[in-house]
Amino acid sequence: MEKFVQIEKVGQTFDTKKGKFVALRDIDLTIKQGEFVALIGHSGCGKSTLLNLIAGLTTPTTGVLLCDGREIAGPGPERAVVFQNHSLLPWLTCFENVYLAVERVFGAKEGKAKLKERTAAAINLVGLDHASSKYPHEISGGMKQRVGIARALSMQPKVLLMDEPFGALDALTRARLQDELMRICGASKATTVMVTHDVDEAVLLSDRIVMMTNGPAATIGEILEVNLPRPRHRLTLAHDPAYIDCRARVLEFLYEKQAHVEKIAA
Amino acid sequence: MSALTMSGDFGLEKPVDRTPKEASLGASSITSQQVAQVAAEPAKEKTMEITASLPASKPGTPLGERLGNFGRAILPPALGMMILIGIWYIATMKGGSIPGPGKTWDAAALLFADPFYSNGPNDQGIGWNVLSSLQRVGIGFGFAALVGIPLGFILGRSAFLSAMINPIISLLRPVSPLAWLPIGLLVFQKADPAATWTIFICSIWPMIMNTAQGVQRVPQDYLNVARVLALSEWKVVTKILFPAVLPYMLTGIRLSIGTAWLVIVAAEMLTGGVGIGFWVWDEWNNLKVEHIIIAIFVIGIVGLILEQALILLAKKLTKESS
Repeated sequence: MEKFVQIEKVGQTFDTKKGKFVALRDIDLTIKQGEFVALIGHSGCGKSTLLNLIAGLTTPTTGVLLCDGREIAGPGPERAVVFQNHSLLPWLTCFENVYLAVERVFGAKEGKAKLKERTAAAINLVGLDHASSKYPHEISGGMKQRVGIARALSMQPKVLLMDEPFGALDALTRARLQDELMRICGASKATTVMVTHDVDEAVLLSDRIVMMTNGPAATIGEILEVNLPRPRHRLTLAHDPAYIDCRARVLEFLYEKQAHVEKIAA
Repeated sequence: MSALTMSGDFGLEKPVDRTPKEASLGASSITSQQVAQVAAEPAKEKTMEITASLPASKPGTPLGERLGNFGRAILPPALGMMILIGIWYIATMKGGSIPGPGKTWDAAALLFADPFYSNGPNDQGIGWNVLSSLQRVGIGFGFAALVGIPLGFILGRSAFLSAMINPIISLLRPVSPLAWLPIGLLVFQKADPAATWTIFICSIWPMIMNTAQGVQRVPQDYLNVARVLALSEWKVVTKILFPAVLPYMLTGIRLSIGTAWLVIVAAEMLTGGVGIGFWVWDEWNNLKVEHIIIAIFVIGIVGLILEQALILLAKKLTKESS
């Protein structure tokens, strides 16, 4: 498979009041088309910083990022982001929130009826037909996050970027949304990068897990291939030796190899 | 909501979120709203399906309790008013230059029997006086909104312009609007536009500053959404900035109207013509002190209505964005 997202020698330094702060250094990573990659690491390791770089919301201090052969110079709808806190516009209904994205991407080529159809299809994909005309404050956290996913998917992005999308949800809702996300990504073959701090989530969803060392000056520590056949089911996987092995290796990285740095940071 | 509850850099009032003051201002209206809210609650959530057997017990609070709430809401303000009138009565009991409540009431009954009479420009009913004051406030305030709100947007969006204009605003804002009256008289050569000009000057500051502050406080999340979607500047303004700034803008409008109503009375005392401020001065010259007291009440009530109307408007417009 071709290299779809390329990250070459990327470093990110922030200017703070206390001087320069090196958040990321020497990041080299290529992501194949249709691949699901999880970024995992302790908090403050720069996972979100890396995701923002791919999104184009920030520009790297050193190095270069490419998407589909072109340099990432700024944010754009071909790299859709599902934000940590859903970031729905509170004055628009769920439908209008998604429609805003659809209209932006397809508005130039398609008529209103087709745009509405696309919006409805995206909302249907995340199973929220009944909440389509509700405002974000009228629905639960899990539903908001699903609208955020629908908004991102409705743009038919080349890359789907997710910043701890299920972090704020309870365990049961999270599991259900993970299953839904697996189904959606399987159907749409979207290239996906997801930031998470949940080991089970990373192993269950990903083709590869990128484990990051602790910040400051974080970089990629190890990359784990998750060779589990799809479709995956959480219940059957729970006793699968390969699954248990993957899980153990991520845990080992996080709590043995990277544990001591965290103490210093804390 | 978190952005809205932060206190202002400029030391301005928080927008929308003003329950404590409301409670003291219009206690009776609050209860009716609460009752309406309770009634609306079950319909709002999807949980209705689950509690399908329950809702009958929820919306209708027992009659006795509702009467109790009503009493609690009405009693304290009514008591306060009675004490005020009582003090007034006792203070004026022995006669003197200030008329008592009874005499003032009689004068008010006479005055409000025909509020819209007109015997030439210098002798008009109190209704006409209030209306022409409101008209001046409306015009001056309208112009201030037309200039101040767009200017606020521009200042909020551009750090350079904001740094350029802010010192000027800081310099001019503390100046009493009445100090601008002679300039208005000089430029317009007439009393009426000069008064309107004064209103314009005093209304514009809160609107510029609140709008600019609102624009600066638009949550970064929303702007990130705009950036990821690569929305056009027009879409950013209409779909994100305007709705996000609306509560701040409405606060600016409310503060402006309040100040404008304060200032118009003083401005009209100086310029003359028809208007509640001029009327107060005229009645002072006629030594009809009871009319001055009536005017104080009228000015207060009109100001209260303006404020409450804008709070209501703000609630209506921003309910969805909470």
